Amino acid sequence: MTQSPPPSLLSRIGLAFGAFFGILGDAQLAARFVALRGGADPAAAPPPAAAPTPAPVLKQAGPDAALQLLALLQRDARLIDFAGESLAAYDDAQIGAAARLVHEGCAKVLREHFDIVPVRAEAEGARITLAAGFDAAAVKLTGNVVGQPPFSGSLSHRGWRVAEVRLPRLAEGHDARVLAPAEVEL
Amino acid sequence: MKRSGDKAAADSPAAASAAAGGAAPRYAIGIDLGTTHNALSWVDIAASDGEATVHGLLPLPQLTAPGTVESLPLLPSFLYLPHADELPPGELALPWAAAGTQVVGEMARRRGAATPIRLVSSAKSWLCHAGVDRRAAILPADAPPEVARVSPLEASVRYLEHLRHAWDQAHPEAPFAAQDLTVTIPASFDPAARELTVEAAKAAGCPPPTLLEEPQSALYSWIQASGGAWRKQVQPGDVILVVDVGGGTSDFSLIAVLERDGNLELHRVAVGEHILLGGDNMDLALAHVVARKLAAAPTGAVTLDAWQMRALTHACRAAKEALLADAQAPAQAIVVPSRGSKLIGGSIRTELTRDELTGTLVEGFFPQVEVSARPLSRVRAGLAQLGLPYAQDAAVTRHLAAFLARQRGAVAELEGFGAERLPADASFLHPTALLFNGGVFKSPLLSRRVLDTLNAWLAAEGAEPARQLAGADLDLAVARGAAYYGWVRRGRGVRIRGGTAFAYYIAVESAMPAVPGLEPPVQALCLAPFGMEEGSEAELPALELGLVVGEPVRFRFFASSVRRQDAVGTLLDAWAPDELLELDAISATLPPEGRSPGDMVPVRLHARVTEAGTLELEAVPRSGDERWKLEYDVRGERTGAA
Repeated sequence: MTQSPPPSLLSRIGLAFGAFFGILGDAQLAARFVALRGGADPAAAPPPAAAPTPAPVLKQAGPDAALQLLALLQRDARLIDFAGESLAAYDDAQIGAAARLVHEGCAKVLREHFDIVPVRAEAEGARITLAAGFDAAAVKLTGNVVGQPPFSGSLSHRGWRVAEVRLPRLAEGHDARVLAPAEVEL
Repeated sequence: MKRSGDKAAADSPAAASAAAGGAAPRYAIGIDLGTTHNALSWVDIAASDGEATVHGLLPLPQLTAPGTVESLPLLPSFLYLPHADELPPGELALPWAAAGTQVVGEMARRRGAATPIRLVSSAKSWLCHAGVDRRAAILPADAPPEVARVSPLEASVRYLEHLRHAWDQAHPEAPFAAQDLTVTIPASFDPAARELTVEAAKAAGCPPPTLLEEPQSALYSWIQASGGAWRKQVQPGDVILVVDVGGGTSDFSLIAVLERDGNLELHRVAVGEHILLGGDNMDLALAHVVARKLAAAPTGAVTLDAWQMRALTHACRAAKEALLADAQAPAQAIVVPSRGSKLIGGSIRTELTRDELTGTLVEGFFPQVEVSARPLSRVRAGLAQLGLPYAQDAAVTRHLAAFLARQRGAVAELEGFGAERLPADASFLHPTALLFNGGVFKSPLLSRRVLDTLNAWLAAEGAEPARQLAGADLDLAVARGAAYYGWVRRGRGVRIRGGTAFAYYIAVESAMPAVPGLEPPVQALCLAPFGMEEGSEAELPALELGLVVGEPVRFRFFASSVRRQDAVGTLLDAWAPDELLELDAISATLPPEGRSPGDMVPVRLHARVTEAGTLELEAVPRSGDERWKLEYDVRGERTGAA
């Protein structure tokens, strides 16, 4: 960032008056001023409204962890085999038999590699109240979403949160794209 | 007291640095070197105080698939020897080694299931298999010639090395080689197998280990977990029976509770013989029952190939656990997955019923037999036997009945265990408490069955029922107890005494005139009495033997788990077939050193139990202070039939 020269005394007087009324009238500006006085990096402050909005940065997750999980789900649960097969030719008993394998294996993979806990400890159906400043990423509001918090509603799903991830470490040069090697019996 | 100097020895800087190569050990490490799994536990010596220990288990990083390393609580005791073209380079990298050529742990187990000719398993059972050469590259037993085989000793070294690396990686501040190490062994391990275990530890770069019998380790773990409350759960006069059924072996021990100077003391008074029978046999037996059912299915016989059979065994284990956990469920579905990618079309569905489970597992392995029942055929390792000498009778309860009957007199000599504890007409030793070990007993159905069977035996002889000691950690007790023992040995808690659970003998030819057509009769000379404690020496027997300088000499070697009275020098002319068990021969070659080869030197044989818990035998000549060590012959050759 280029640093502009400090303003002169005259322009500072004008700026101070402008700031006085600006801060008085604009809560957003006041908040930025408070942050600035508190020592926040001015560069981190939101850009002035006049400046063009930079495109939001969307991060691309590396494929390795996803491929690893797929490999585990195939190895222990045969998930790719199962999802790749057409159900049309089979009756429910046959599908059910395979589903047992897949269910058991998926449960094993989840149990061994993640600690998954509910977001909300309350029972589903319970009335809960969300205070202002609740974590909107962890709680999704649905239905009649109007008014101001606190919000009161009924818990329809407890939600899931991963407390710990234990994915295997991979060797340098390991080709994670091979989810399951072809097997050749000699 | 023989042990009184122990604490001082362990605490003195000189002793500690001699053992640890520098600093005093920070941790007491315990390794459960199991037939099917290994585990490593630790006690933080600096942070522990009395019976309040700071302890834990080390997560063990290992390959679970090519190029994939995961930390698991257990390291499966499997070694896989891959073909040179089988894996891309770099796929066997571990956190501490760029690339090896052998695979240890979970990936070895998985990979080996599909390629058994390259899989080494049950190395520990081979280590104590007197019929084979334990230092020779003989495993995998059914590998084709081009596979570079390993010895049972080497396989054990690989597992220990892996554990050492895992520790060093997690604790760079406290190197493994400088810690206090305890390694567990079956109580029934003979002196040669004990020595091989110590040798394996040394070859793996471990500090000099102390050996601990697994059933004792389980009891130590129970004591540790009780946090002092164990003193309320046992009383003087109790005889604790430890029933340890592991993945591949079953092991029994008897531990008596005494009171001396107001303190409770524990004495291990007897151990059982080596029985190759464990949880894995049970899963396999169930799989065979289900496979037979599939083969006889009215809707069309299904024959399983070897791959499917292994998958079925795996599925049976899961079904067994589900049925054992839910006593109401009548059956549990079993699905043998297809090998190809057509999962729905190719899988075979069947079920394991409760009747099959009860018939196979409960009645097959734990039948409610009379105390007079004996295993159908006692297994003896013979020269012709190439495979492992698996127990021929699967009934754990029959083995138990035989053990208790053989050890009827185990507590006769102990203070406070006189006739009032065991009536003269008792046909077996009456335990008063029962401690289980091994994942098999997670099922209350099976532990209940053993307890009920034992109590039926006791009731038949008018004795009080035995009670089950609660709070045992069935899977990890052996590893945990081993680390706790390392702590206890430093003088910080109750210690189980008892010393060696066998008396040892060598065969000497009797001085009778030879009778044509008859083998000269042999006598057994007692070298080491029953109950020698670690770090103690037997006296010298009066009998001298003539050794020829420069020529190897071999002695037949015997052990007895029941002859408690024989002192050093006792000569037995005759013994019951059950009393003495022949072990590996021992041999010595006297170096010429100032003598002419061919000279006859009179020597006496001297026994010593090392601090580690191994038995050392030496030949001591009449004059001078020379000593020659006698070696256990682990090459699997016997000098003659027992």
